[in-house]
Amino acid sequence: MSDNGDNVWILGASMTRFGRYPDKDLIDLGAEASMDALDDGGVTIHDMDVLGAGNLFDAATGVGQRLQKQIGQTGIPVYNVSNACATGATAVRAVYMAIKAGEADMGLAVGMEQMGKQGLLGAAGKARDEKKVYEPKGRYGSVMGVEGILGTGLMPGVFAKAGMEYANEHGGVGFEQFAKVAEKNHQHSTLNPLAQYQKPFTLDEVMNAEMMSYPNTLLMCCPTGDGAAALVLVSEEKLDTLGAEQRERAVKISASVMTSDEWTDSDQVQPDVSTLTRRAADQAYERSGVDPQDLDLVELHDCFATAELIHYDNLSLCAPGEAGKFIDDGGPWRDGDIPVNVSGGLISKGHPIGATGAANLYEVATHLRGEAGDRQIEGAKVGLTHVIGLGSACAVHVLEKAAV
Amino acid sequence: MGKQVPIVDYLILDDGPPHLRAQVCTGCGASYFDRRNACAKCGQRAFEPRSLPAEGTVRSFTIVHRAAPGVPTPYVSAIVDLEGGGVVKANVVNVDPDPDQISFGMPVKLATFVAGTDDDGTEAVAFGYEPK
Ligand SMILES: [Zn+2]
Repeated sequence: MSDNGDNVWILGASMTRFGRYPDKDLIDLGAEASMDALDDGGVTIHDMDVLGAGNLFDAATGVGQRLQKQIGQTGIPVYNVSNACATGATAVRAVYMAIKAGEADMGLAVGMEQMGKQGLLGAAGKARDEKKVYEPKGRYGSVMGVEGILGTGLMPGVFAKAGMEYANEHGGVGFEQFAKVAEKNHQHSTLNPLAQYQKPFTLDEVMNAEMMSYPNTLLMCCPTGDGAAALVLVSEEKLDTLGAEQRERAVKISASVMTSDEWTDSDQVQPDVSTLTRRAADQAYERSGVDPQDLDLVELHDCFATAELIHYDNLSLCAPGEAGKFIDDGGPWRDGDIPVNVSGGLISKGHPIGATGAANLYEVATHLRGEAGDRQIEGAKVGLTHVIGLGSACAVHVLEKAAV
Repeated sequence: MGKQVPIVDYLILDDGPPHLRAQVCTGCGASYFDRRNACAKCGQRAFEPRSLPAEGTVRSFTIVHRAAPGVPTPYVSAIVDLEGGGVVKANVVNVDPDPDQISFGMPVKLATFVAGTDDDGTEAVAFGYEPK
């Protein structure tokens, strides 16, 4: 695909700490991240030509317009987007595409979520009618709920099976390799004041925590939580007219790619989280001209430890089939070959679903600006972000430091 | 004993030994278990039913310890590759839910069990795969 038009840049970025905010509402969180991102970029809501608002759980409530009513009703187009765990990145892409299309010079993308303490497993099945009579319903003609009877289709099990399928196909991967991923991310999070949890755990503690869905223990699963992240994007032409400090801190979006499931023989039985990730990554490397080995850091979608491990391979961070060796050799640790999830990742930084895909762009951009504090990857020039929402939607972005 | 019905309509109980029946695209051979609008692989719209073999091998599995409310745990959920093609998600039954008892490529065969009874006494028959 040809790249017609100038680059799009990140001018401002911000995220709230992820956690639990019982005294705030969804719009408080979105407003906080949005206003901080505008301030960070040295612009105001009146400079924005478009708003991309990402949210999953309250998606039917006009979240973007509700946000505008708190921070600025300027009449600009609003795109409310919802795309599973890729929602935040989808909001970024809505703004990115508006700028690419020449309809906007500048735009605000925000991802926000307030989940409270609900689990990932969903609520109990629907209450049945007074009298229970089996009748076939739906596309599979099922007479009762089948979750847990005909296998599991819930996230912990799906990602566990995805990891186990990789272990089946490639040697050197087992429970311990998956657990090492979580050990790393918990350790990384101790340096990130924005992480929901900042507590280290030993490999033994990870492996001996409550088993959720083998091989993922509780400490290998992301928590639920609340939070928001926002980005101000700007066209290259507009950026050239801004101040020196704004230009120096700007971060180039060298590739922005989205994919969905392509047909495979098993995808409708068990979501295939690898094929669409591989395709998105390959396109992102091609469009940006960045080689995986050039990456200084990666924030990828570690909703479960099993997921992170297979994405080392899907994103070509390791040699094909060698994800187990990559973690065993310390490759994704912050002092390794390609640091992965130095923020603590979803596993420890948290995963307020709609915010996640914008928050990982914030994280990488902050390192490229040299502003990541204690967790800074020194001299970082190129980074990659990845999110995947089951169903599925995958987004990959390649970011590069401004060449001053 | 009361009447029995399959838990899903792709489990066939009344045509020989219990087996699964797929909807196969007449254009490209892709197979599906649900009611279709068109083929997700090639876009054609015609399908014909095909009975699937009862035997296969375990491609991947997990052992679920914490589940949605009302689901007994632990249990083994697996992806099974059927002999001659076709992929199924189901539980592995009649096996200890222990990672040492399940292996990749383990041969399995279809097994049915009663998953529930309604107020008319009708039993819902489900399927899983047991070690061969
Ligand atoms: Zn077809």
